[in-house]
Amino acid sequence: MKRFLAVLICLGWSSIVLGAAGGVAPLEARIDIEDSPSLQRGAQLYVNYCLGCHSLSYMRYDRVGRDLGLDAKQTEENLLFASDRITEPMNISMPPEKAAKWFGVAPPDLSLIARSRGADWLYSYLVTFYSDPDPSRPFKVNNVMFGDVGMPHVLQGLQGVQEYIPGDIPNEATNIQPVGLEIRADDILVRKSATMPDGSHVEILDTLKVVQAGEMDPSIYRSAMRDLVNFLVYVGEPARLERQALGFWVVLFLVFFTVLLRALYKEYWRDVH
Amino acid sequence: MRAMLNGLLAWTDARFPLSKLWNEHLARYYAPKNFNFWYYFGGLALLVLVMQLATGLWLAMFYKPDAALAFGSVEYIMRDVQWGWLIRYMHSTGASAFFIIIYLHMFRALMYGSYKAPRELLWVIGMLIYLCLMAEAFFGYLLPWGQMSYWGAQVIISLFGALPFGIGEALALWIRGDYVVSDATLSRFYSLHVVGIPLLLLGLVAVHLMALHEVGSNNPDGVEIKKNKDAAGVPADGVRFHPYYTVKDLWGVGVFLTLFMLVVFYAPEFGGWFLESANFVPANPLQTPEHILPVWYFTPYYAILRAIPDKLTGVIAMFAATLIFFVLPWLDRHPVKSIRYRSLLFKGALMLFAVTFILLGWLGTEPPTPFKSELGLRLGELYFLFFFVLWFYSKERSVRFGYAIFGIVMVLMVIADVIRFDASKQMLILTSALIPVAYSAIFLLLPMHTRLNESRAVPERVN
Amino acid sequence: MSNATDNPRRRFLTGAATVVGGVGAAFAIWPFASAWQPSERAKAIGAPVDVDIAKLEPGARITVQWRGKPVWIVRRTQETIDTLAALDGQMRDPDSIVPQQPDYARNRYRSIKPEILVLIGLCTHLGCAPSHVKQGEGALGADWKGGFFCPCHGSRFDYAGRVYQGVPAPTNLEVPPHRYIDDTRIVIGQGQETA
Repeated sequence: MKRFLAVLICLGWSSIVLGAAGGVAPLEARIDIEDSPSLQRGAQLYVNYCLGCHSLSYMRYDRVGRDLGLDAKQTEENLLFASDRITEPMNISMPPEKAAKWFGVAPPDLSLIARSRGADWLYSYLVTFYSDPDPSRPFKVNNVMFGDVGMPHVLQGLQGVQEYIPGDIPNEATNIQPVGLEIRADDILVRKSATMPDGSHVEILDTLKVVQAGEMDPSIYRSAMRDLVNFLVYVGEPARLERQALGFWVVLFLVFFTVLLRALYKEYWRDVH
Repeated sequence: MRAMLNGLLAWTDARFPLSKLWNEHLARYYAPKNFNFWYYFGGLALLVLVMQLATGLWLAMFYKPDAALAFGSVEYIMRDVQWGWLIRYMHSTGASAFFIIIYLHMFRALMYGSYKAPRELLWVIGMLIYLCLMAEAFFGYLLPWGQMSYWGAQVIISLFGALPFGIGEALALWIRGDYVVSDATLSRFYSLHVVGIPLLLLGLVAVHLMALHEVGSNNPDGVEIKKNKDAAGVPADGVRFHPYYTVKDLWGVGVFLTLFMLVVFYAPEFGGWFLESANFVPANPLQTPEHILPVWYFTPYYAILRAIPDKLTGVIAMFAATLIFFVLPWLDRHPVKSIRYRSLLFKGALMLFAVTFILLGWLGTEPPTPFKSELGLRLGELYFLFFFVLWFYSKERSVRFGYAIFGIVMVLMVIADVIRFDASKQMLILTSALIPVAYSAIFLLLPMHTRLNESRAVPERVN
Repeated sequence: MSNATDNPRRRFLTGAATVVGGVGAAFAIWPFASAWQPSERAKAIGAPVDVDIAKLEPGARITVQWRGKPVWIVRRTQETIDTLAALDGQMRDPDSIVPQQPDYARNRYRSIKPEILVLIGLCTHLGCAPSHVKQGEGALGADWKGGFFCPCHGSRFDYAGRVYQGVPAPTNLEVPPHRYIDDTRIVIGQGQETA
């Protein structure tokens, strides 16, 4: 325990929440939780491509249907593949021990993934899979946001095969650090910074390019991923929809009440000289 | 109807001091009429305490203090219990609101000298409440059983392991009840969080109010209103707490609740300051999260702990930084209470202390680069120097005494820097040493040679 | 310092603040009171139950659980159905006036189909579980036409769950909401109207 504490103090506890997480700055997901059609499309993508391995065990089918504006029948027809009761949580049938054997780690439950990772990270993760011929990669893919990821690129059929084309690095450059992601037309750029011997910084641009088309154009694929992330953000906190709607009335009431209390206070304090 | 109520009141008063209590603490309790913005926070702290008790009582109905179930039961509250999300967010936001209020309440006392005679005991009781609050927050933070809950508790408990002679390790083991933080720890923290500490807190708050109403409230002028009484024995500068301060505090409550609900409904995570993203991952004893940091209200002390490169010294400094407030009434013996009439140098020292506290809080959340660690250490020195300056300002000091004290401070600092000297940080250490040197020179030497440390005359009556 | 009650503006503001504050307090209590309602999990566990009655023999009874309560499904024989009318005189509430059944089951048989009886198997007296006693069985005498008998305090019910006169149970046994998906499948917990 002593050593543990010493390590922590030496390495330092820093903050993930305050944006100092290091690594690549993600793309902006720009999602809109009020956009029901987007949430519905995201839910459909999730049950078709993710729910085979990743449960949403804190989320019930009927709640998803209700919140996304689907009636019971639509919910059953569009979402209910892995279970037969609409009141059930969105569990998976794959036993975790077996999953761990197949993928190295059991695929985690994703009920709260949007709250721990954030929407931007998830979106960037979903669009930056690229093919990696390295024989040590079990599924021959890798990811910019999640290096040596254990998950196969389940959505490759939609996105197509994306290739990672490194930019030119000057010979003397040292200390090459990824900085951020950027979308340019159909490609995604990985911006890196390198230090030159004279102390100046040069920028290196790596490119992620779709070399073998999938079912979706790159821009359509990205918009589909935004739907999926939108759905995951909703799943992270389903109460968010009512929270924001109700908050307006609560605050309005309190402002009115406060104004009234101010008048009462001023009235009484006319006595005090 | 009225006669009946009066009869009932008389019947009760013969058996219970209802009217007496009402009058002593509200209707005939005379408070100075010149309370300003800073005097809202005592009442607000009481409001937040009640809110935390109510929401906490309800959360305890659905929460399961079991390592296998705890995390899921919080999500059960957030999703399946009707309105559970609102009750939970009120509780989590309330914890941070409590500390914001208490820090402002304490800063008020520092500004207006509210800890000075005859209010020393009032201040000490308040400090006990503050300690209980920190314990309450610490125990409560484990309950969601997320990664940050788990590892935060693990690290803080192992702080006790710094105590020498094997006591530390034994103590840490005893607190956990296991070799790591586990179900045993969770159960005892739950019990302490929902029963033990709240009972203590309620008792201490009652005692705090009794002590306050015995000595009477201080005010922004630091004048004792009891010294000026009219013929009826009523303080001339006092107003009845009820209705005058009840309506004024109610307006403060309105403003507070509006701000509070804005956070609850629109930013319950508050950008990761109130609810940390790592805590949405269930506790995993086999995997430390990349970054662990305490919640914001502990980070000033945490920054001090981290800045000191020796574990035991760091732990001692951290506890000393908290506990030094207890002896504040005996460190600062200056006869003038309020900052309004104290010297320019005192005002500067207090403002710098506030800035130091906030900067330390920020540093506690940052990854420690060598520069930031060094800054943390220097700010830690300023933190303690402030209390030293308060003692130094307690009375007129001769020039000789002033230089002697300045010399002692410098020698102590040099010793500390020699002990921790690190050749790789040579320049940093030498440059940053200017911070405490300049501070000491300004606050210890200027009083000798300028009139900057002269207090103004305190008026007889409040303004 | 003037007296509060003499000042109309002050009186008005005090009253207004009290009323608005009271409304606020009532709203504040609402979430806390609602939290005691069954949670989504409880509702999911108490969700309607599908029962297959294809194999239910005439005269036999099966018991299923719905919302934690026993629900009986009995396939009545033609003879038992025929006895019901004759028993009207001995019943406390022969025409099912007391709303212990959904409207679609408020008939002579207290059921949707005459031969299929669906009842919540808890005595309306103090919630014991009555037992199924067929005609000629048990010690209820030669006149017993078959039905249900509660061993706790001796309440008796006929084959439509109607309570006999002179027993402690005040009302007929409750018929839960139910509907038919097809000839052999019943949903317990979901009424016909909402189907």
